[in-house]
Amino acid sequence: MAENILVIVEQREGKLNRVSWETIAAGQAIAALTGWTLEAGVVGSGVSAIAGEVAAKKVARVYDVESPGLEPYTPDAFVHGLREFLGKHPAALVLMPHTYQVRDFVPKLAAAFETTAISDVIGVKNEGGKLIFTRQMFQGKFVADVSFAGTGVCFVTFQNGSFRADKVEAGAAAAPVETVTVEIPAGVVRNKPQEVFKEAKQAVDLTQAEIIVSVGRGIKEQKNIELAKQLADAIGGELAASRPICDSGWLPMDRQIGSSGQTVAPKLYLALGISGAIQHIVGMKGSRSIVAINKDAEAPIFEIADYAVVGNLFDIVPVLIEEVKKARS
Amino acid sequence: MKILVCMKQVPQKDAPLKLNEAGTWIREDVSYEVNEPDAFALEEALRQKEKHTGEVVVVTAGPARASQVLREALAKGADRAIHLEDAAFVGLDAYNTARAIAAAIKDEKFDLIFTGLQSDDYGYAQTGVILAEILGWPHATIIMHIEKNDAGIRVKRELEAGFFQYVDVPLPAVLTIQSGINKLRYATLIGIKQAKTKPMRKVTLAEVQSAVGANLQKIEKLYVPQKSKNTEFLEGPPAEVAKKLVEKLKNELRVI
Repeated sequence: MAENILVIVEQREGKLNRVSWETIAAGQAIAALTGWTLEAGVVGSGVSAIAGEVAAKKVARVYDVESPGLEPYTPDAFVHGLREFLGKHPAALVLMPHTYQVRDFVPKLAAAFETTAISDVIGVKNEGGKLIFTRQMFQGKFVADVSFAGTGVCFVTFQNGSFRADKVEAGAAAAPVETVTVEIPAGVVRNKPQEVFKEAKQAVDLTQAEIIVSVGRGIKEQKNIELAKQLADAIGGELAASRPICDSGWLPMDRQIGSSGQTVAPKLYLALGISGAIQHIVGMKGSRSIVAINKDAEAPIFEIADYAVVGNLFDIVPVLIEEVKKARS
Repeated sequence: MKILVCMKQVPQKDAPLKLNEAGTWIREDVSYEVNEPDAFALEEALRQKEKHTGEVVVVTAGPARASQVLREALAKGADRAIHLEDAAFVGLDAYNTARAIAAAIKDEKFDLIFTGLQSDDYGYAQTGVILAEILGWPHATIIMHIEKNDAGIRVKRELEAGFFQYVDVPLPAVLTIQSGINKLRYATLIGIKQAKTKPMRKVTLAEVQSAVGANLQKIEKLYVPQKSKNTEFLEGPPAEVAKKLVEKLKNELRVI
């Protein structure tokens, strides 16, 4: 029997979050694997234009789930609204991108349905008729094949970059858009969100850098950042870092690469003393080429590196700086 | 302020991990440490207690070895600990872990419950939010600052790409805490000594069994990721490696 797959695209303040196209691609892939029907939905207030955008893709139907109570975003409103919507329009699978907003409400929504959310998935396959979701564990050292062991609806969130937005199939004609009004009664929403703002003065736009030299915990001390800076200068690149370096104040927040910082895709990403934790990798795995230097041969960064050096960066980088200068002179 | 901090023990960051025979989990003969975001959650709770007076209680669900995490928390200044002690807790999914914790604390009256935003082993980022749903409490996630106000608390929520948002949340509430919210303290020798006499309540699996159900997710297989990239390892002494790498950067990658 054909089941429904529902992709909930993400909108923030009335704008579609473009990572949602990756989730549509995931939904289309699962529809191909299972023969199930793919539908999409957008949740908010006055978001019919977004529904229209999604309807141009190859989906059977788009739902515009509307309520004034859904703007601004709060977890209470989204859970309440989606509970009502899914009650009327049940789905076997509900797919979303693994964004900070989705993480804020999907576990609550899944628990409200007494079901589970398989989060931060990087792939899907069909093994003997069973849907298997692949996700990283132990900070990327291993991957797990996970199956849904319940009945009813299963929620799944997808890691940024796990599916390709440019692989989304367009529809032969615009899919029908159905507006569904949900009610968010007074008293449901308990949080009072304020304006979203950007804190760090953006002194540097790392997304524009062609070469990035990035440091992680392996740099050990603040004074060693100077060595990385010398390499960045020699090679004509920008300096960046993983989260712990910025948390310690060794580099400003606008140098942070990862899920909380910038997402970059330079020509060259040179990772010094970076282990390759998932939260960092999502911010740089799209780089055209990756070089990693780390003393731990098992560091997950080596799984995505084009060139790998297992060794002490304090021995290698000084010589590397000299060789780079020679090559560029 | 009465604050509960949910803490998890996970394999040490640089511990070499091996798969078990069945290929469904890791071999447990490794070194363990506190899940780093949980250490930040504890530090935040201790600072809130220092500012507003109150009590900090820490809880973990895991085998006997997990009590180490609680002892360290008590040494840093937590007032008492709850250990849901059973090896079976390691295999519970986030939903069941949250149900077990909720059952264990049903007679308590906390103002705030903190968890780290996610664990370094499973990486689900769900237990805290599910706990809020089970308790019927409001929540906020990925928190970088907490300030008490008349309505409850004002928290600073971290978003992607350097964005943030303040949210007013009424109490009691669950917050999931982001790494880097503060700087971690070290336990003092006096603290370590005092920790030995602080209350540690043990809770058996049997006591919370009725609250817990079957896992709704199953790890069919755990394995080393297949490489999609052809990684070339450059070897040799530093001078040689540097030369090789520059040659690649120049002639293969064409970036210099």
